Amino acid sequence: MRIELSYPLLLAALGLVTAVLFVVSLVTGPAGIAFFESLEALVTGRSGAASIVMQEIRLPRAILGAIIGASLGLSGAALQGYLRNPLAEPGLLGISASASLGSVIAIYTGLSAAFTLALPLMALTGAAGAVLLVRLLAGAGAQTITLILAGVAVTSFAGAMTLLALNLSPNPFAALEIVFWMLGSLKDRSMTHVWLALPFILIGWAMLFQVGRALDALTLGEAAAATLGFRLERVQALVVFGTAACVGAATSVAGAIGFIGLVVPHLLRPLVGAEPGRLLAASALGGAAVLLAADIAVRIIAPERDLKLGVLTALIGAPFFLWLIFKQQRGGQ
Amino acid sequence: MTSALSARSLCVRLGGREVVKNVSLDLRPGEFVGLLGPNGAGKSTLLKAIMGLVARSGRLTLGDRPIEALTPTESAREVAYLPQEREINWPVQVRALIGLGRSPHRGASSVPGEADRAAVDAAMAAMDLVELQERSSLELSGGERARVLIARALAQETPVLLTDEPAAGLDPAHQITLMATFRKLAREGRSVLASLHELTLAGQWCDRVILIADGGIVAEGPPDAVLTPGNLATVYGVRARITVSDDGLSVVPTGLI
Repeated sequence: MRIELSYPLLLAALGLVTAVLFVVSLVTGPAGIAFFESLEALVTGRSGAASIVMQEIRLPRAILGAIIGASLGLSGAALQGYLRNPLAEPGLLGISASASLGSVIAIYTGLSAAFTLALPLMALTGAAGAVLLVRLLAGAGAQTITLILAGVAVTSFAGAMTLLALNLSPNPFAALEIVFWMLGSLKDRSMTHVWLALPFILIGWAMLFQVGRALDALTLGEAAAATLGFRLERVQALVVFGTAACVGAATSVAGAIGFIGLVVPHLLRPLVGAEPGRLLAASALGGAAVLLAADIAVRIIAPERDLKLGVLTALIGAPFFLWLIFKQQRGGQ
Repeated sequence: MTSALSARSLCVRLGGREVVKNVSLDLRPGEFVGLLGPNGAGKSTLLKAIMGLVARSGRLTLGDRPIEALTPTESAREVAYLPQEREINWPVQVRALIGLGRSPHRGASSVPGEADRAAVDAAMAAMDLVELQERSSLELSGGERARVLIARALAQETPVLLTDEPAAGLDPAHQITLMATFRKLAREGRSVLASLHELTLAGQWCDRVILIADGGIVAEGPPDAVLTPGNLATVYGVRARITVSDDGLSVVPTGLI
């Protein structure tokens, strides 16, 4: 009973934290606009430069932080639940690697310089290619191990092609641009990026939020879940395409941001009684909160140096993950 | 009387080998049937074939409807299945895990209703789990875990219950509790089919037993008609001391042939 009561409270608390961080993200930046002034400039749009900064730089950044973080947390939780493997993360299916490859090709060929949206569009194409390839390799209704292996194969191939692009890059600046892009960042994104990513992200969320009950049933294994009335082929399609839609879109505008999809579900699992269905919404909110916090941190820690978001999440995420494993080991004995 | 579940000419091929050969069987309402046979005889595969978990040929009807006419949720309201593998993946609370048995009854609602709660309570009481209900299901012993999973299948409250080696790993008291529960379900008019290795449990509690070997039915009928020295010798390759008492048939294997 305790858990049943506290689940809505947990979601409310996570929602509140996310909302607070969203506002903090809006008022954080090098322009040095005071708190109320900046919010006024955002809402009214009549404060000249301050309004432009708020509406065209900080608002898209905060929105992207929230929706990308939510996508990573949600898809991480869905994949862990579907594969019944706590090490699953959104990059597992090769979608982030292939989206990165798409954008690297856009940079390498100079398309991104000629046309701003070429980069995210190429990245989305890469993500779509990856998901189709994974489905082709593994087959519809594949066993989970086949799906994982197909994901590993696609990830490795996309990684190899990315390295080839770096290897053959026409000049050091292109190579540097590729490397920096791959580190992941929300800096200098516009509302156009939001409008480009949002539809895919919403479709992905809509698909992933449908599988909660099936993921709960999969706690008992595939045979039991199937005989409880769940169509596992449909569940797999929803998880794979849902992840592809939202993680592909997220990577296409922000680059690859690691560890959030892995760590956030881990962190929240004990708070939802380990039920995979409940973990979905909690991880979405938690992912949004963590990514917003990380994006605020990169602006505060090194405002002059353009510390990349993906670097920070990996830097904090890896030791944190180790600590979690350590704690679980001790707790399990 | 129409069968609760009826299979005709079921065949299963796995890896080019015929694992279930032309099996026909009927489960009538009010019956607790034991499925017996040595390792590799095809007991689990037969149960999986009935559940549609492996590709099969043959006809299968539930009540008077062919199984193909039912949606997955509809058939989950008719037949519950307990796999042999006692898989539990996350440290979910015992009560919540048993509640998963209510999935086919819950429709779109995200909160369990009164009937769901009552079914989970009854299943926990039947399997002696009330004290454990708040525990994490990964902290349980093997036998406790088995009871939790049986309770999950009981909570599904289906007219037909198929269980694959439900008694394995249970202590004698809980084996008897389990058998008594299955007999009680049968007396309520439901049908239970359980694969078993403990011949005495089958002899004492089952209304009927089906003995299979090498993918086909060797004998079926009341326990005393099937569990004969001859059948045990040909199917299991053992000699056994068979005694009849008020409790039913006791079968104690005493040596190899």
